[in-house]
Amino acid sequence: MSGFFSALFSVLDPLCGPVGLFSLFGSGSIVACGEAGWGDEIAFGVKVTITLALATLPVGLIIGFLIALAAQSEDKLLRLAAGIYTTIFRGLPELLTLFIVYYGLQILIQAVLASFGYAGRVEINAFIAGMAALAVVFSSYSSEVMLSAFRAIPRGQYEAGDALGLHRSRTMLLVILPQLIRIALPGLTNLWLILLKDTSYVSVIGLADILRQTGIAARVSKEAFFFYGIACLLYLILAMISSVGLGFVERWAKRSEGHR
Amino acid sequence: MSYAKELIPPRAPPALIDKPLAPARIAGIVVLVVWAALAIALAFMMINGWNEDKFLRYGPRYLHGLWTTISLVGLAVVLGAVLSAPIAFARMSRNEALNAIAYAYVYVFRSTPLLAQLFLIYYGLGSFRPQLESVGLWWFFREAWYCGLFSLTLNTAAYQAEILRGAIESVPRGQHEGAAALGLSKRNAFRKVILPQALIVALRPYGNEIVLLIKGSAVVAIVTVYDLMGETRYAFSRTFDYQSYLWAAIFYLAIVEALRHLWAFIEARLTRHLKR
Repeated sequence: MSGFFSALFSVLDPLCGPVGLFSLFGSGSIVACGEAGWGDEIAFGVKVTITLALATLPVGLIIGFLIALAAQSEDKLLRLAAGIYTTIFRGLPELLTLFIVYYGLQILIQAVLASFGYAGRVEINAFIAGMAALAVVFSSYSSEVMLSAFRAIPRGQYEAGDALGLHRSRTMLLVILPQLIRIALPGLTNLWLILLKDTSYVSVIGLADILRQTGIAARVSKEAFFFYGIACLLYLILAMISSVGLGFVERWAKRSEGHR
Repeated sequence: MSYAKELIPPRAPPALIDKPLAPARIAGIVVLVVWAALAIALAFMMINGWNEDKFLRYGPRYLHGLWTTISLVGLAVVLGAVLSAPIAFARMSRNEALNAIAYAYVYVFRSTPLLAQLFLIYYGLGSFRPQLESVGLWWFFREAWYCGLFSLTLNTAAYQAEILRGAIESVPRGQHEGAAALGLSKRNAFRKVILPQALIVALRPYGNEIVLLIKGSAVVAIVTVYDLMGETRYAFSRTFDYQSYLWAAIFYLAIVEALRHLWAFIEARLTRHLKR
């Protein structure tokens, strides 16, 4: 997993760091950090959840942008191809997509390796599978958001770019994209919050995220209500932090609109 | 005065220039070929792996799972709608305390994962067994199906309350004032003037919410409810046949697409007086 985030977290760990929640209030109890309690295990789960969501975001955004580009192109076939993608992945339950990707990738890799003469069993990483499945779901939703943002940008903007002698790709990068981001931001904010919640599904395929770690703690300690309550609370806190942070991003994106 | 003595003779239209194969078209063809290849591979896999025995054993189970999913979602939507009305009104009331409670409910249920809520209810409330038994509610929280229904209902009630509130608040002030000017009582004005307009606004979000709930209902499979997803997991754990997931995908896609088209039809029908 990303070395940068783990380094950042060890310094400023809000759960098990020097001034963490669990180390301040939970010492000596069942959520203490270290050998005595479940605090550090749960803190690890929080890290995994955040890392997974942050790793999925750029992949999902890039694929979503490409799908949105395809969906608004003038070519009929390309629109059809993009339509099939969004219809399938918006219609399937996230859990099912996860299983299909997890086992599908495994079978695919096994088949490819078998054709090279390797006949062993392949286990793919749950993190990669979860990331792929979440990125696919996220991209199909974000493409819809970006498509409606594309439609909100008037044709004149493209024509003005042409008139200035900008290359098509420069027009996209310098003229369209900044406006697109500003228009799509509220929709993408919602999708980020949904993504954060959807990461809980990866606990089913064995990735040690918040829900899996609290689940293990609940099973071992027989304090199910307490630990699942902590899981809900942690997701709630993550959502609150995200909405505060995204509020800043939205204000930053709107700074060029001026005061009217 | 001069005038044209002869008209310009009709000419053939300019020759169509053969457009070079645009990159967009190439990309479209390539992606469509990939889709077609996937579809063919899927069909091939199903024909190749066709097994009368498995079909007879798991086919009825799938249908039973499908019915479980549909009944679970149907009940949850109806019960959630019933529960959402008081929450929406609490959210719109001037009473600060009521407002705060309703807001907290909606916020908590919308920003925690359904899976965590389900675990909290199914496994979490299990640790209060003696208390629940003394109140006589243990039979309810013992059954995974009831717990699934309960958590889906609570979850969708939060979303539906927001939909309802947004829709009612979207009706312009003038409508309230117009109804008051006609001498309608508050109650009648709400029933005959505000609600019909609000529900038309709410129609599309309600459809989206039902689709989301159908997709979300797959999580009850994790707590051993044999819904469509549960039967799929059962079939896969017995046969290790990848097809079982593909069949589930086909079923889910069929339900969601059917519902989407049905909803578009209902919406077109109900809003036909608004078309110009």
